[in-house]
Amino acid sequence: MREDKQLPDSHGYFEQFGGKFVPETLMPALDELETAYEEAKRDSSFWAEFDSLSRDYSGRPTPLYFAERLTGHCGGAQIFLKREDLLHTGAHKINNALGQGLLAKRMKKQRIIAETGAGQHGVAAATICAKLGLDCIVYMGEEDVQRQAINVFRMKLLGAEVRPVSSGTRTLKDAINEAIRDWVTNVRDTYYLLGSVVGPHPYPVMVRDFQSIIGKETREQILAKCSRLPDYVIACVGGGSNAIGIFHPFVNDKDVKFIGVEAAGRGIRTGKHAASLVAGTVGVLHGTKSYVLQDNAGQILGTHSISAGLDYPGVGPEHSYYKSIGRATYVAVDDKDTLEAFQLLCRTEGIIPALEPAHAISYAAKMAGSLNKEQIIVVNLSGHGDKDMDIVVKALGVKL
Amino acid sequence: MSRIASVFAHPALSALSAGHAALIPYVTVGYPSVETTLKVVPLLASSGCDIIELGIPFSDPLADGATIQRASYQSLRQGVTPKLCFEVAQELRQQVGTPLVFMTYYNPVLKFGVEQFCLKCAEVGIDGLIIPDLPPEEGQELEKSTRRHGLDLIYLLSPASTEARIELVVSRSSGFIYLVSLTGVTGARNKLPEELEGFVARVKARTEKPLCVGFGVSTAEQARRIAKVADGVIVGSRIIQLIKEDNSLKNLCSFVKGLRDALL
Repeated sequence: MREDKQLPDSHGYFEQFGGKFVPETLMPALDELETAYEEAKRDSSFWAEFDSLSRDYSGRPTPLYFAERLTGHCGGAQIFLKREDLLHTGAHKINNALGQGLLAKRMKKQRIIAETGAGQHGVAAATICAKLGLDCIVYMGEEDVQRQAINVFRMKLLGAEVRPVSSGTRTLKDAINEAIRDWVTNVRDTYYLLGSVVGPHPYPVMVRDFQSIIGKETREQILAKCSRLPDYVIACVGGGSNAIGIFHPFVNDKDVKFIGVEAAGRGIRTGKHAASLVAGTVGVLHGTKSYVLQDNAGQILGTHSISAGLDYPGVGPEHSYYKSIGRATYVAVDDKDTLEAFQLLCRTEGIIPALEPAHAISYAAKMAGSLNKEQIIVVNLSGHGDKDMDIVVKALGVKL
Repeated sequence: MSRIASVFAHPALSALSAGHAALIPYVTVGYPSVETTLKVVPLLASSGCDIIELGIPFSDPLADGATIQRASYQSLRQGVTPKLCFEVAQELRQQVGTPLVFMTYYNPVLKFGVEQFCLKCAEVGIDGLIIPDLPPEEGQELEKSTRRHGLDLIYLLSPASTEARIELVVSRSSGFIYLVSLTGVTGARNKLPEELEGFVARVKARTEKPLCVGFGVSTAEQARRIAKVADGVIVGSRIIQLIKEDNSLKNLCSFVKGLRDALL
């Protein structure tokens, strides 16, 4: 059984952030989802299945690994890595896809829709649908379909249908729009498997609950290894699911500081970034009130990041809440520093990180040097870098 | 009585003999140009339209189908902003007496400032608002301001709405209630769902407020069918298509005339 937290409130708000800003057609569907999730949450057999598949199918628990050579290189605080990159499909996304897949099955919804940017959530959704015998349709921006051809092929191999989205900026934001339009149209028999802690209530809390397994394990593991809690927990933030997943179980441990690392892209000043919390303002996007990147007229702006997984103009409402109360600090790391950290981890630890957590590695590595050797930093290594080889090859100007 | 309410109180409509209904077209402001909008709206008013919806384009119109998405995108690319829409509305208000309603998404309103937005609407002569991503649960702040400035806030219902939600929406909507004909996004359809009459009847059993049906309506035939049970017919995507296809606006005029005839 999972414990209940006070937030979000019964309307899905984390103080002033969150809510349900959706067309009327979806309101009954969100109510139905909320009821189904509340029931599942109280049902120990639901969690027994989640835990058992997390272990035998996804590969949990993932190790908490002391990055000794990286620590030595930085010359300060001890750096531990939570190895979500070792999970089935190579990223933390499978935790949420599994949880929601089981919920969809319980709700007897056979048709699953999902959105994806780089393809990580799309692959995780397609994987779980194959495993549970559900039909899967993945919306993906046309631009991303071209950039991530291998992941498109992966999803197809797994039996999913990939629908390219040609509207708007033709990236993740538009894929979510299109998934919502599909849901509005097919609401009676369709389950929307949203991939991050964004969107209308109850998605932010539900996805958080499924991802909290990361932080729960981390807390136990660090206590077992070091007999104390970490000083800092650091994670990258796009929509923010891996970050909430590792932060949330420490939320009442006031001495554990949270740092969320957003994508500064080519630099905050260039406008070509995806740092909603660092550089955005409060708005409503995809059904939730949170920080968004928007212009003076309230139009949502295009984003840029070397990592497609962080390339999103909004962020989960709980992060906006953490920012507003000062529970977490949000910073941004640019493409260039990310690429350096990516290579640093490859060489010091023999671990190829995804470009998303390479943002967090970059910040942690710089910060570690200014701390003493007794201090502990945990970084959520949320995914593996195999998916990013093409991008890195290009960014480094290498000829294969 | 608000200008919108008086449309439905008009003898011709209030008598509401079956087959009699208000005609409510939608246009995206600035599509394909602001000049076109300034020409089309007076034309619609003089062709017997009862209320006109002016769409303020938004970058992420998730309740809209391909036609209005494209119109919004193109309008935005030409630099149309809420501020410019207010200027357009003000200019239109000097030419037409027809009630004008802004249709947009919540973020542009929030960014403008909810109170400021409503104040400005009242100033330029806008009569009401339709915000498809704002259910009553999230509408309290906006309602305070619309009430203060004498604007109608028109909420939507869908065939998927439960009885409890119908109660909620009919109690909170003012001006009229926007019934979405189908579960889906905006866009011309060949066929409207069979359960449409049943849906309208479910809502009618709970309110005396006017009921107007939109989404998917694209022919005089469909409009006639709706007029038998509802108080108004809303037509959007088909109008946008006609504006695009023929910039002499002749096709638009004959389409609107056909609708008007079907509703009288």
